Amino acid sequence: MYRYDEYDQANVDARVEEFRDQVARRLSGAMTEDQFKPLRLMNGLYLQLHAYMLRVAVPYGTLDSRQLRMLGHVARKYDRGYGHFTTRQNIQFNWIKLADAPDILAELATVEMHAIQTSGNCIRNISSDQYAGAAADEAVDPRPVAELIRQWSTFHPEFSYLPRKFKIAVIAADEDRAAMRLHDIGIKLVRRDGVIGAEVHAGGGMGRTPMIASKIKEFVPLAQLMGYLEAALRVYNRYGRRDNIYKARIKILLHEIGAEAYAAQVEAEWAAIRDTGIDPPAAEIDRIAAMFAPPPFDTAAPDAVDRSDPDFAVWLDQNVAAHKAPGHAIVTVSLKPVGGIPGDASADQIDLIADLAQRFSHDEARVTHAQNIVLPHVRKADLHTVWSALREAGLAEPNLDLVSDIIACPGLDYCSLANARSIPLAQKIGQRFAGRERELGELKLKISGCINACGHHHAGHIGILGVDRKGTENFQLLLGGSGAEDTSLAKITGPGFDEDGVVDAIERVTDHYLRTRDPGERFLDTYRRIGMQPFKDVIYG
Amino acid sequence: MADPDGNGASGETLLRFRDDEVHDEPAVTLDAFAAQDDATAVRLEAGDDARALLPALDRLRLIEVSFPSFRDGRGYSAAAILREAGYRGELRAAGDVLVDQLASMRRCGFDSFAPEAPIDADTARAALARYPLPYQAAADGVAPVWRRRHG
Repeated sequence: MYRYDEYDQANVDARVEEFRDQVARRLSGAMTEDQFKPLRLMNGLYLQLHAYMLRVAVPYGTLDSRQLRMLGHVARKYDRGYGHFTTRQNIQFNWIKLADAPDILAELATVEMHAIQTSGNCIRNISSDQYAGAAADEAVDPRPVAELIRQWSTFHPEFSYLPRKFKIAVIAADEDRAAMRLHDIGIKLVRRDGVIGAEVHAGGGMGRTPMIASKIKEFVPLAQLMGYLEAALRVYNRYGRRDNIYKARIKILLHEIGAEAYAAQVEAEWAAIRDTGIDPPAAEIDRIAAMFAPPPFDTAAPDAVDRSDPDFAVWLDQNVAAHKAPGHAIVTVSLKPVGGIPGDASADQIDLIADLAQRFSHDEARVTHAQNIVLPHVRKADLHTVWSALREAGLAEPNLDLVSDIIACPGLDYCSLANARSIPLAQKIGQRFAGRERELGELKLKISGCINACGHHHAGHIGILGVDRKGTENFQLLLGGSGAEDTSLAKITGPGFDEDGVVDAIERVTDHYLRTRDPGERFLDTYRRIGMQPFKDVIYG
Repeated sequence: MADPDGNGASGETLLRFRDDEVHDEPAVTLDAFAAQDDATAVRLEAGDDARALLPALDRLRLIEVSFPSFRDGRGYSAAAILREAGYRGELRAAGDVLVDQLASMRRCGFDSFAPEAPIDADTARAALARYPLPYQAAADGVAPVWRRRHG
């Protein structure tokens, strides 16, 4: 894992002091709320329906036990005893007092954490593959590049007042576990003639105008990538729309001028700046990469796992993935118990995950964009012990990628932008399908409480969008989206439903799928094979 | 302070980080500048293309970049482009310039500020001293941390 040196620490400490000063000026009235808002947002502090919400960055989703314990501590001391892991691999605390925020940031800084650029019209936390460094299918560990981009983008003087927020994902495997092409810039690291470089995609995103990113560059050598990104951001900063916040994301710029024209402008800008000393030297890339060297895996770890406990075997099949090192496995800790709040974890649960990460996963955990936690490096011989501890804490729901592994935004229970409540709907769906999840197979269900799409409904095999219809909550149903390497945008089925109605409609859809599927076919594949109409017929017919 | 027509700086609220005399020729619009081959001061609106000035940088003494709202960040790129192209004259940020933006503006190459609302000098000094160890190379020439790490 990356460890701060004196420079990293100095920057984070300076941010704490700056924010303390800004909060003091706000509380004294020296600064207006209008002036304070973008400053607090750049520190991840939102004003929600009931309280301030603090979003803490988890760079590329990677955490160690010390950091997890700090998150548990913050949940206990400053919140109501829990935190909410987000689709951008961050964590949010929903009940924060403005006056406490500087102290929270100061505590986080002691474990190399911060809330820098977790909001605002700037480059946000860099997201990545939760299996990085553990997956067998990656060209290289993407996290050193994500860290390089984190540093380049932190307090970037030119890009702190972009037209709109800007999200970058970095992956390095063919299987896309980070929804790379639904980011403003998506980077896939590839190896070409022994050189690591980036295949660059731009203009993806969800929100009210979902778009899949276009490939704008086949290959940028890693040694030149920061210069290329600077060019890409500069073109956006100069020409992205600022007249309408709903048209200000880079995807609209690409849509209006065309991906080729955008790529050509980036190329021209890059030609002008690539030799101006933007890119750090190889020694810096090597310094960062060295900190992500694989942990000392137990080379004698046995491969065999005792599957005699049937509950354990189910979990093993569902929540445990293959690891590149023999005798090891990747464990997904489900934060989706049936009837629970997707992505929520109590302080005690966070502490337990910290203990397990420390004892059994080389002191590492990852946050996933599907709002679960991964223990990336577990010896197979330890799986039963880990499972037993997780089960006791309500963290061993064997539902990874199943219908109850729901992504949901905080919705109208917390969010001032929401039109509808996402959480109660997620709970109802979980309860409706309890016990039948595995029969339905892989089925990614995603709920957004408003058109801003924080719950990724466009990328759901089944997506749900909450809207306001004449003052009452109404839920539109969408089918056929994917945030994986087969990226696609879900399509709306037709008129919306009330809360119970949409659960019924989903069941009609899944019943039809069960009747229609070919052997081994996922819901998404059946949908792609037979199209929307048969599902419409069973829903509305 | 600079008046809305950009007729140079006369008041106390101009924050300046240059040793030379304040240039007192009125800044003209980019259109007017294109038509006047002896103008030495120009004002860029947020949407103007800073690169249009590159052929004339040698004779320019003052470039004023307008910030109609502090949220409009186009002026940061304008400044960076002008400095990358070798412009050494005064580069002034004018308009909705707030103390919390000064440090980034300095990094992008601005060396004078004509804020609409006065900025307290002590607060400005503190803001500018806040981050001495930047991650990126930028127009201010301050060594990025990777250079400090590796020499």
